[in-house]
Amino acid sequence: MRVTFLLNGEWVTANGPPTTTLLDWLRERASLTGTKEGCNEGDCGACSVMVSDHDGARALNACILFLPQLMNKAVRTIEGINGPDGAFHPVQQAMVAQHGSQCGFCTPGFVVTMAVAHLNGRTDHEDQLAGNLCRCTGYAPILRAAQEAEAAAVPTWMQTDSAALDAEGAGASAGDMPQHSLPASGLTPSIASTQPNDQTGPEGPSPDASEEVDPGLPGCADELAHWYADHPDGTLIAGATDVGLWVTKDFRNLHPIAFLHQCHDLQQIEVTDSDIHIGAGVTLTDLGAFIANHHPAFAELIRRYGSVQVRNAATIGGNIAGGSPIGDSMPALIALGAHVHLRHRDARRILLLEDLYLDYRKQDRAPGEFVEAVSIPRQPDHLKTYKLSKRFDQDISAVCGAFNITTKDKTVQTARIAFGGMAGIPKRATHVEAALIGQPWTAETAMALAPIFAQDFTPLSDMRASASYRLRTAQNMLLRAVLEDHGTQTSVLEVNP
Amino acid sequence: MTVAKPLPHDAATLHVTGAARYVDDIPTPADTLHLAFGQSTIAHGTVTAMDLSAIRAAPDVVAVLIAEDLPGANDVSPSAHDEPLLATGEVHYVGQPLFIVIARSHLAARRAARMGKIVYDERAAILSLDDALAANNRFEDGPRIYRRGDPDHAMGLAAQTLGGAIEIGGQEHFYLEGQSALALPQEGGDMVVHSSSQHPTEIQHKVAEALNIPMHAVRVEVRRMGGGFGGKESQGNALAVACAVAAQKTGRPCKMRYDRDDDFMITGKRHDFRITYRAGLDDQGRIIALDLTQLCRCGWAQDLSLPVADRAMLHADNAYWLPNVRITSHRLKTNTQSATAFRGFGGPQGMVGIERVLDHIAHQLGQDPLETRRQNFYGATGNGLTTPYGMEVRDFILPDLIDRLVETSDYTARRAQIADWNADHPVLKKGIALTPVKFGISFTLTHLNQAGALVHIYQDGSVHLNHGGTEMGQGLFQKVAQVAADRFGLETSAIKITATDTGKVPNTSATAASSGSDLNGMAVKVACDTIRDRIAAHLAELHQTTPDQVQFADAQVIIGDHAIPWAEAVQTAYMARISLSATGFYKTPDIVWDRIKGQGRPFYYFAYGAAVTEVVIDTLTGENRILRTDILHDAGASLNPALDIGQVEGGYVQGAGWLTMEELVWDDKGALKTHAPSTYKIPACSDQPEIFNVALWDQANREETIYRSKAVGEPPLMLGISAFLALSDAIAACGPGYPALDAPATPERILDAVNRVRL
Repeated sequence: MRVTFLLNGEWVTANGPPTTTLLDWLRERASLTGTKEGCNEGDCGACSVMVSDHDGARALNACILFLPQLMNKAVRTIEGINGPDGAFHPVQQAMVAQHGSQCGFCTPGFVVTMAVAHLNGRTDHEDQLAGNLCRCTGYAPILRAAQEAEAAAVPTWMQTDSAALDAEGAGASAGDMPQHSLPASGLTPSIASTQPNDQTGPEGPSPDASEEVDPGLPGCADELAHWYADHPDGTLIAGATDVGLWVTKDFRNLHPIAFLHQCHDLQQIEVTDSDIHIGAGVTLTDLGAFIANHHPAFAELIRRYGSVQVRNAATIGGNIAGGSPIGDSMPALIALGAHVHLRHRDARRILLLEDLYLDYRKQDRAPGEFVEAVSIPRQPDHLKTYKLSKRFDQDISAVCGAFNITTKDKTVQTARIAFGGMAGIPKRATHVEAALIGQPWTAETAMALAPIFAQDFTPLSDMRASASYRLRTAQNMLLRAVLEDHGTQTSVLEVNP
Repeated sequence: MTVAKPLPHDAATLHVTGAARYVDDIPTPADTLHLAFGQSTIAHGTVTAMDLSAIRAAPDVVAVLIAEDLPGANDVSPSAHDEPLLATGEVHYVGQPLFIVIARSHLAARRAARMGKIVYDERAAILSLDDALAANNRFEDGPRIYRRGDPDHAMGLAAQTLGGAIEIGGQEHFYLEGQSALALPQEGGDMVVHSSSQHPTEIQHKVAEALNIPMHAVRVEVRRMGGGFGGKESQGNALAVACAVAAQKTGRPCKMRYDRDDDFMITGKRHDFRITYRAGLDDQGRIIALDLTQLCRCGWAQDLSLPVADRAMLHADNAYWLPNVRITSHRLKTNTQSATAFRGFGGPQGMVGIERVLDHIAHQLGQDPLETRRQNFYGATGNGLTTPYGMEVRDFILPDLIDRLVETSDYTARRAQIADWNADHPVLKKGIALTPVKFGISFTLTHLNQAGALVHIYQDGSVHLNHGGTEMGQGLFQKVAQVAADRFGLETSAIKITATDTGKVPNTSATAASSGSDLNGMAVKVACDTIRDRIAAHLAELHQTTPDQVQFADAQVIIGDHAIPWAEAVQTAYMARISLSATGFYKTPDIVWDRIKGQGRPFYYFAYGAAVTEVVIDTLTGENRILRTDILHDAGASLNPALDIGQVEGGYVQGAGWLTMEELVWDDKGALKTHAPSTYKIPACSDQPEIFNVALWDQANREETIYRSKAVGEPPLMLGISAFLALSDAIAACGPGYPALDAPATPERILDAVNRVRL
């Protein structure tokens, strides 16, 4: 299929199977080799690019970003971070001045991520850069560079993409293409010289025959509902942070596929008197920013969900429908009593989220039925979340616990407790909850209830943690919740040197 | 003077603009083919049938090669010729290459490589140290043993003894740029290879053998690597040889790069160790007897395991006088990836062993571990200055260096504050540790301590610099360019740094063992001085003076009271038919080593350093964080303090990562389960110490190294041991027992240790 987007300030049209990644296209077709492949699974950030649309600019991992997701958007690669006259971006200057590169392979990704953070005025550098791995420097000089660049003005060339998109009138209605979809005049030489390369020649790679069929590109939830009902064996791609790996690592044939990013009606958050209604297409970035005002512990959990690049792409619906036993949003949502809104063509039903998950990778969801939204009942905030992993940032949970416990006169009134990593599905600790209600909210209670966890969970041992560790830390998380309420310091993240 | 200046990395502006080229970025001819290996899915057995028809029929596949198709040597081993490029019936680990898929795209090759139908006759695999020890499955005939004095007798005289064991996990290099190679066939059967390799001569050698052609028909070029860390000393051989063979077969350029998962599955990692110890102490807590056993898991092929295990033995003393000591080293063979070089090359594991012993002694005696260390240092009261292998420690600067670090880090007061803090915090506990590093510099294989250089000066005065070292991010090219610039009195902008090229400097050693600047800096100095002396002699003759009156400074040549611009002096020399090109050669003096006896002077000198790390742990989960690190490191008279501090900061974080969060997990069938960054966690941005003070020790090397600098690549990695022992210290605050923490100290191991000390 043909996909038109703005690349470093110039409109380009890319041809290729719909599961061609932006990274492969840049490196193999456009001869733009500044963007690097470090892991091909969205975990290292060496392929970071800036993608802008009318909602602003964000960093994304090009290795798990499919070409159709870029339609009518603006992409800026490392080659577009310099000024048109070759002038350095302040971030580039600071990286040189602070000795922020050694082998240099991760550097383009860092520079792009730093430039996006700089554009967006972000100074929480450790969070902004959590998705970029460096093996040489130990990060200290990179952080110094990020700090040094803070004060510098955003270069003008970094602010031109949205205007260029506006000029094309793109996005006026979902699915619109710019009027002239072929490269405009004034192509940068690097692109112009490689245009012929983009034609699949006799020696070029042949796409799978099945992938030559254009993918579904529903423009709203209704269109999606019909497409999926018509293609119940199809693959839905929202952020592609998970599905991307099915392509880059598993070589799965996903056909037929539909891209959901143009379903803007799925990307809304609505607050009613009774609920916070979150469309399935809301990204983790947007959800995190929103939910901080309602349930800060959920926002803190989201802060440690993947990385900036992953959260910018990943959607809450994708996390829920993926149904991984180690998906991080589900324990928090289940503890909050969230409902999932399912839809099959025009038929809708609502389930408690925990009831969606039947068994490992098995859901109460019919073929052609998809997650349209999740809703959280409005409630005073009592949520606590604990994510346990080998590394704080951008790691998959060994155990993720969420506790929504209310007390009255120091006695537990209600309790919803859910865990990830403790079973084949995200799961409530129903026995623990039942035993907890009516008990005094004390450390003694938490310790006394420890044995009950084994009635709720029989965790597995794997490369992340052993079964006994999972069980023990789940028990200790309940204790931590109590101690936290009693003013004991329990988080190493809150300790100062 | 250009030396000693904190100039940026020579490629810094290329790095930050994405213009720095790595192998996979080199523009390739349109007919370039792409390779992928088909890999074994079992750890041990025999291939009884291979049906590759589905691969041959797959889209865009051009050919498939198996062992029988190879034209020359089927061998990519850097040592014992025990590592075939493609398995010949026997398979020895999960991930072992079985066949090569040649296709029109990288993706097509990878996809097709999984379509082989392989039938195996599977046999029991030897996976663990215990399996291998029980089966006596090892390299060399038996354990290698270095001994001094009479440890058994001395143990009997000890006032008290203690013993224990520590498991030390391996480490994946996780260079950000995966392994890659590109072979370009030339006229007459010659081959040009671009490789992401620390050892271009080895690539040249293995490619020549595989193609059955002389080494002169193969030219290998390496401009830069996206990280190496030892992982590209021998592990690039397979890709380069595969590309060269495929290029010869097809007559077309062939490129191969490992996808990250393949890189994890195929290539070797740091050796994991178990070290058991028994120490006998005198009544003051000094070690009078030590019996150490190092079990080293080498994987399936020998690769560089013998010198790695040797170096572990050579660092079993670290900074401590061991009058009666036995070090027993078992090099065990297992059905896993062949463990290989990794920054420190066995030294770190040896050092962790002895630092653990010191920590254990301090705990048993109830001492501040720093005091225990001080009284066991070389040269402390009553202590000698000779290593167990008979080398005199001539410049033991650690006592002074540590005194200064104790002062600048406020170690003593903070240790007291931490005890108070811990008393007030029931759940969280802090810990602090100060550990020293003494690291031996030189290849222990003595003949490798040589280097060559090639320097040209063109008519316009511009300088072309080449040497045998490779650039992997450490800043070697910049440091050496600073040397060259200094010899000619120029700015570094006058020096063109060029790719390492076996056609320019032959018979090079790997850029390894921290030796890059020491060896190549000297070789370049020799080459530059040769040309400089020729120019000086000519100009002296012209000006009727002696060559010693000719000075090179500030881009001028000064002859007595006469100064002429550098370019003019060069032009003058050219017109007078003075050769403006020279080679340089250097070999490290004074080293002699008998690895079988374990006697000699294997190292030209030692590099030193020390670190203080403060951590906090959560006793409910084992989660932990480095709060503050203070480092004082000895780089001699630094050639470039900015680059050296970069090595220290990065080395520390890499070392701390190795001993804390980086965990390799194999399943019971021998398959590596942590084969991508999703499951193998190297430190991320927020894992670096919140306060991170790094300084360089300010004394010159006592030996005559290049500008009296010291090697700095590997030694700082071992500063990370302080993070590990700070965690142990925090755990020790939870109860009376000794933590006996194993590495990596994941949250799970920390929580286990917390529970252990409470009992």
